[in-house]
Amino acid sequence: MIHMKKLRGPAWLAAAAAVAGLAGCGKTVVLNPAGDIAAQQGNLVVTATLLMLIIIVPVILLTLLFAWKYRQGNADAKYDPDWHHSTVLELVIWTVPLMIIIALGALTWIATHKLDPYRPLDRIDAQRALAADVKPLEVQVVAMDWKWLFFYPEQGIATVNELAAPVDRPIRFKLTATSTMNAFYVPDLAGMIYAMPGMQTELNAVINKPGVFQGLASHYSGKGFSGMTFKFHGLSDAEFAQWIDKARAEGKPLDKASYLQLARPSERDPVQRFSSVEPDLYHRVLNRCVEDGQPCMHETMAKDARRGAAAAPAQAPAKAPAHAQHGAGGHHQ
Amino acid sequence: MPEHTIPPAHWLLGRITWDSIPMAHEPIVLWTFIAVVLGGLVVVAALFKFRLWGPLWRDWFCSIDHKRIGIMYMVLGLVMFLRGFADAAMMRLQQSMAFGENMGYLPPHHYDQIFTAHGVIMIFFVAMPFVTGLMNYLVPLQIGARDVSFPFLNNFSFWMTTGGAVLVMLSLFLGEFSTAGWLALSNLGAQDPGVGLDYYIWGLQVAGVGTTLSGINLIVTIIKMRAPGMQLMKMPVFSWTALCTNALIVATFPILTAALVLMSLDRYAGTNFFTNDLGGNSMLYVNLIWIWGHPEVYILVLPAFGVFSEVVATFSRKRLFGYTSMVYATVCITVLSYLVWLHHFFTMGSGATVNTFFGITTMIISIPTGAKIFNWLFTMYKGRIRFELPMLWTVGFMVTFAIGGMTGVLLAVPPADFVLHNSLFLIAHFHNVIIGGVVFAVFAGINYWFPKAFGYRLDDFWGRCSFWFWLVGFWVAFTPLYILGLMGVTRRVNHFEDPSLQIWFVIAACGAALIALGIASFLIQLAVSYARREQLRDVTGDPWDARTLEWATSSPPPQYNFAFTPVAHEIDAWWDMKKHGYQRPLSGFVPIHMPANTGAGVVIAGLSTLFGFAMIWHMWPLAIASFAATVLASIIHTFNYQRDYHIPAAEVAATEEARTQQLAAAHV
Repeated sequence: MIHMKKLRGPAWLAAAAAVAGLAGCGKTVVLNPAGDIAAQQGNLVVTATLLMLIIIVPVILLTLLFAWKYRQGNADAKYDPDWHHSTVLELVIWTVPLMIIIALGALTWIATHKLDPYRPLDRIDAQRALAADVKPLEVQVVAMDWKWLFFYPEQGIATVNELAAPVDRPIRFKLTATSTMNAFYVPDLAGMIYAMPGMQTELNAVINKPGVFQGLASHYSGKGFSGMTFKFHGLSDAEFAQWIDKARAEGKPLDKASYLQLARPSERDPVQRFSSVEPDLYHRVLNRCVEDGQPCMHETMAKDARRGAAAAPAQAPAKAPAHAQHGAGGHHQ
Repeated sequence: MPEHTIPPAHWLLGRITWDSIPMAHEPIVLWTFIAVVLGGLVVVAALFKFRLWGPLWRDWFCSIDHKRIGIMYMVLGLVMFLRGFADAAMMRLQQSMAFGENMGYLPPHHYDQIFTAHGVIMIFFVAMPFVTGLMNYLVPLQIGARDVSFPFLNNFSFWMTTGGAVLVMLSLFLGEFSTAGWLALSNLGAQDPGVGLDYYIWGLQVAGVGTTLSGINLIVTIIKMRAPGMQLMKMPVFSWTALCTNALIVATFPILTAALVLMSLDRYAGTNFFTNDLGGNSMLYVNLIWIWGHPEVYILVLPAFGVFSEVVATFSRKRLFGYTSMVYATVCITVLSYLVWLHHFFTMGSGATVNTFFGITTMIISIPTGAKIFNWLFTMYKGRIRFELPMLWTVGFMVTFAIGGMTGVLLAVPPADFVLHNSLFLIAHFHNVIIGGVVFAVFAGINYWFPKAFGYRLDDFWGRCSFWFWLVGFWVAFTPLYILGLMGVTRRVNHFEDPSLQIWFVIAACGAALIALGIASFLIQLAVSYARREQLRDVTGDPWDARTLEWATSSPPPQYNFAFTPVAHEIDAWWDMKKHGYQRPLSGFVPIHMPANTGAGVVIAGLSTLFGFAMIWHMWPLAIASFAATVLASIIHTFNYQRDYHIPAAEVAATEEARTQQLAAAHV
């Protein structure tokens, strides 16, 4: 049966295309990123794939082998129409996948905890541990329709659609959004994390190589979504200081009024820099109370919690921290 | 609250204005409309010319015969498949050209509607009707029953599904479709997706009623109407997968309905369940939609597994290896499918322990799934495999699905998912399992059971063309997407800056073109087979020397399926009967009690669809009137006492005598 041979075609094609992809044009950033967190995630992709290939490759080969060997035209092959059970085989086909999944499950348990985006870093890269006294660079990220606003609380500046960080210094992102759910993703730096209005998520990461990296919105958020990209600069300490100075020198101050102007939906915005930021602006964005007269979510929640405490004193201690997850509390875990 | 920029509604016409007709400003829509109108006119003219309106209405639209309803589901699936594929082709074309200065030919608003429509149509109005159609046609035959438990409900369910499809199609020419993605995940925030989202809500609500009722119907049929001797553990595997799938439908579709009701309340009554303010939480919506959405995947793929189980045993001429473990694997998958929904949003910020739990439950599903693959493999072992078309699709499936399953387990590892979520790798993965699993199963099933439904086989040459174009086309279209995913490219993007990516999108578009050839070959296969039907005719009723009861009767089966209810003694009841020298009964026929056709299903479903339409456009008088009419029509239908009749014994005897002569003429 001639067509059985052709069955191998697509598999070879897939393999050839994959090899071309790894070697050829374009960079498979997921497997070769510039930051340690993304690198560990990429390694996990490879390890998990290899682990599963232990079972997938034999299955595919056996399928093709049996299809060929037991074809109708082959009178030499054994034919046993009533053979339909084998306890040994049943044991094998349930336990071998189980073993692989136990191994993969253990790997998953460890890696998911170790690479939890909320977990502060304990190393700079595979070779270098993180010194105990290093304070991470904090960046507050706001996903807007359709641009990214980055606050640097330590430096007191803010930027739109441009992000920078010193190489090898841990970065702690706190993320929220203004209206629509979104996701923050710099493939070279670390895996993506959602940014949601009225809530705060967190991402800890580090960039290990200098360079300019692509950043993007990876959760569809409406018509301006495709243009909602930004550049992430991995800089030396000196360059980073210059980058901050540039914002201080060239930028305008960001206050409530200019923020509300910025918050209007717009697409493919150029880079903007702000020399200073009105105190507490990020927390007002997070708690959805930038406009005058808007109640802040954390205050409303605190009020609700107190009211709940008055109504049902027994439940109060359990309730208050639960509310804090939402809004300004910031501990989204 | 979303800010509505829509002007106050007209008291009668609601929100419909001249601007609601997109043909006026979108040439692509205009040409589509012209083509649809011309095509529609040709069909209508043909129906008049050949005086087919009467038979079409009486014998098909009003039919409560599960076989005809099954065929109508397949037709619905095929028609919607062409629409869904057209959307796919438009996306592939846009992404292969929109680089740098070139913004492509689709503006973002149009592109967003297309990817939303593609997902909604392919899942709800292609895969679901195909799967439901196969179950409707086959389950009563496989368990030796004469129809389903609630034949009228079956007809009504079909027309509700069709009503939903009509609403979705209507959005093309009146108003617009949703731009919020196939699960409406971005109806969140201040952007109001407009009337498109209302089309989405009501299209799914109307169709959802049909799906849920059809699920109830098939569960009751399988539990109550099996032939004597057919214990659950002797039931064909396809019927087992149908039982599990319908259990999933009944348990999960109400969640979808409830989530859409809450979303409707947000949109129509100004509540704040899923908004950002006043305590609303969009994460709640994401959870609810995926608590339905993940089992939905298994609703589609379990019957596909059932098809392959039947095909592999028949064409290996061998009993299915490990029937019992196959059944338990199916039940395991059914239960586990409820425990994995969070893997669709590991990146939404849950803690590591929660993510680990859902990651590992997801991986555990791969164990029973793997066991199934091994069972098919060992069914082939020591068999005598005939590579007829259904078997070709099955081998294609086993190879393709193994890869898709592997990438799925990879995505279940949360830290790996952080870098692959929402990427084209994910897109490649789920097309790998849905095309490689569900679509291949539908083609295997159509080629396998077509002779049962129509009395002649499908043409082999065009069937093989279709298979190879699909298989090669699939890999050419989706391998580049896997690679692009590893390059950090994400989904739903309508324009790219990096020109080095373009070559991959061009390759993917070529793959889509190959798939288009596969679809064309399938349509040609249908036409050629019809033209050559006398040469391809099968009078035996059992052209493949198959194993289960549907092959025990004539092709196509008489209205009553079996003159006498068969008695099952073994797994593969028909094979067992053949082995023991089964003789067709030739006398002693008795009158057969059958349900009567009715137009009530079309009417009630039509009124419900009208109600959905009125709600979409905020036409309150029409909404009230159509809702009242729906209730009234349902009440009137309960007073219809002509709901059954008896086929006289003489008519049964005549039908069976004709079959005897047919068999004798064929020297069987």
